[in-house]
Amino acid sequence: MNSDELPKEWSSEESINIYKKMLMIREFETRITKDAGKIKSPLVHPYTGEEAIAVGACAAINEEDYITSTHRGHGHFIAKDGDVNLLMAEIYGKEGGICKGRGGSMHVADFSKNMLGANGIVGAGPPLALGVALASKMRNEGKVVLTFFGDGASNQGMLHESMNLAATWKLPVIFILENNKYGWSTPAQTATAVEDLSLRAQGYGIKGVIVDGNDVIEVYKSTKEAVDLARKGGGSTLIECKTFRWQGQTTTDADKYRSNEEKEEWKKRCPIEIYKKRLIRGEIIDQTMIKEIEEKTLEQVELSVKFSKKSKKPDTGTVLDDIYKNPIDIGGN
Amino acid sequence: MTTETIKMKGSDAIKLAIEEEMERDESVFIMGEDIGQYGGAFSVTAGLLERFGPERVRDTPISENAILGCAVGAAMAGMRPIAEVMFADFLCVCMEMIVNQAAKARYMYGGQVNVPVTIRVPFGTGIMGAAQHSQSFESWFMHVPGLKIVLPSDASDFKGLMKTAIRDNDPVMFFEHKRTYYYTNEVPLDKEFMIPFGQARKFTEGDDVTIVATGAMVQESIIAANKLKEENIQCEVIDPRTLVPLDKKTILGSIEKTGKLVIVDEGCKTCSVSAEIAALVAEEGFQYLKRNIVRINTPDVPIPYAPNLEREIIPSAKLIQNQVKNLI
Repeated sequence: MNSDELPKEWSSEESINIYKKMLMIREFETRITKDAGKIKSPLVHPYTGEEAIAVGACAAINEEDYITSTHRGHGHFIAKDGDVNLLMAEIYGKEGGICKGRGGSMHVADFSKNMLGANGIVGAGPPLALGVALASKMRNEGKVVLTFFGDGASNQGMLHESMNLAATWKLPVIFILENNKYGWSTPAQTATAVEDLSLRAQGYGIKGVIVDGNDVIEVYKSTKEAVDLARKGGGSTLIECKTFRWQGQTTTDADKYRSNEEKEEWKKRCPIEIYKKRLIRGEIIDQTMIKEIEEKTLEQVELSVKFSKKSKKPDTGTVLDDIYKNPIDIGGN
Repeated sequence: MTTETIKMKGSDAIKLAIEEEMERDESVFIMGEDIGQYGGAFSVTAGLLERFGPERVRDTPISENAILGCAVGAAMAGMRPIAEVMFADFLCVCMEMIVNQAAKARYMYGGQVNVPVTIRVPFGTGIMGAAQHSQSFESWFMHVPGLKIVLPSDASDFKGLMKTAIRDNDPVMFFEHKRTYYYTNEVPLDKEFMIPFGQARKFTEGDDVTIVATGAMVQESIIAANKLKEENIQCEVIDPRTLVPLDKKTILGSIEKTGKLVIVDEGCKTCSVSAEIAALVAEEGFQYLKRNIVRINTPDVPIPYAPNLEREIIPSAKLIQNQVKNLI
């Protein structure tokens, strides 16, 4: 696949938007990494280094299509056009957060954008994606679901059940495997006997492909192909995106289990730099625009922090709200 | 509206409710293992496939997490799925989708989404199912905020509560004791016959002893109450019908009158439904009690296969009768 060329269907504006989104994820994660300690939230999982996957995949679907996310979900949230202010405020645990401070980093969701939620349980997104895809199929809506998960999740029984059912029922769900080589500290090669997890697709009777997860265009093209197939009723695809997370598992992880050599090697293949160079070569952007975009992005992140700090703490009087749609008496102290 | 009733089995009453709701609402569908062409392990869904077709009556692989995930996901996308877990024992395979996903989604996503799923669960002893096809796990789920727990004991309650469960906008665990599938009684044919959650039902009235029972234990308690009546002991048999929400008022009101409480529950004793009800009464109705609370449960033992061993541990009418007499 020659991904040096931008996809023909992308306008200049769209091509630049892809860049903006990746940069937004990077700067957002950089900032929350600084702030997580201050707000005493140790379970924040940054997506740094994997930006091309969420952004490339989401570029291949429409607004009304769905995604499910993972515990490392900020990137997916931003890629699905979620509001950065609401995302930041949620991680800050504020009433103005997208989940009113009930969910936090591992549960950011924007149902108005059909972003069905980050999920604290590894491998729990795909089974839910089946149902969303089934609903779409039963109502003939033509909507597809992208379900993101990692190499760690791929060893959960839930993934096996989900791929089998998706394949058997030809559900419009696309499995996007972010293989960042480690499940927290456990190297994928000590957790799985095969290097390419996409090989598993064959066993379910669906298509399996491997892409460079640091190449946003490759991710986009593979996802687009899978989405087109799914919309035509051709069923599911497993896309394995090879990538690497730059930071530790969480903002508090000392990350001693990976060598500096390995980390540096991957940083040379920065997804944002790779794409930026292409935009420059394609004369889509120049240095002035780059600078403008960078400044604007940092400004937006800064504004999201201000928004979050200004937002109120959730009212403790509401702590028992929203458990049920049709409420019942649950007692209390 | 019709006031007509018809005598039918518990299992047929559940089917009638599902049938009526599927007819009324396109978004209702059912899925599970062997529920379609086979008609379900207990024939609850027999004939639904022929009537509604394979899109809405879906036979699944043996993949409880996928079944539940699919149902919960579809509910989040606006459908009203009914998922059957063939035996309660298999809930252990799909706890994730029920406990961490269905129950939590609304709250942890800040009220952005509803999960109107109904999870049907045949449970309990009576078919020589032994340790892995006989268990009563309803109390586990009472411990999970976000779920509603329904456990009817006769055919008309099955119908009225199933319809409420399907139309409810929250995840509902609908426990069906296998023995109660075969009990018959009059069931209203009115298609709007619905029983609200949180309303207990008194099967007998009496001033001497309150017996709170669930599932198949209700029938055992009624038999015991009728025997005791011959000895001039008047028992009030109460079936809470829904464990979450629990009709505290009816239970406490009865104890205020009788001063004596016997709880009969097929689950193992430790941390059981009976334990929760006993704690409730100790906390909120202590002043009414004239005697110690009596709990009649299955002891903390795996369910044995041999029928005489099973009979030995499952609470029976005879045992209830004796315990009530001891209390008096």
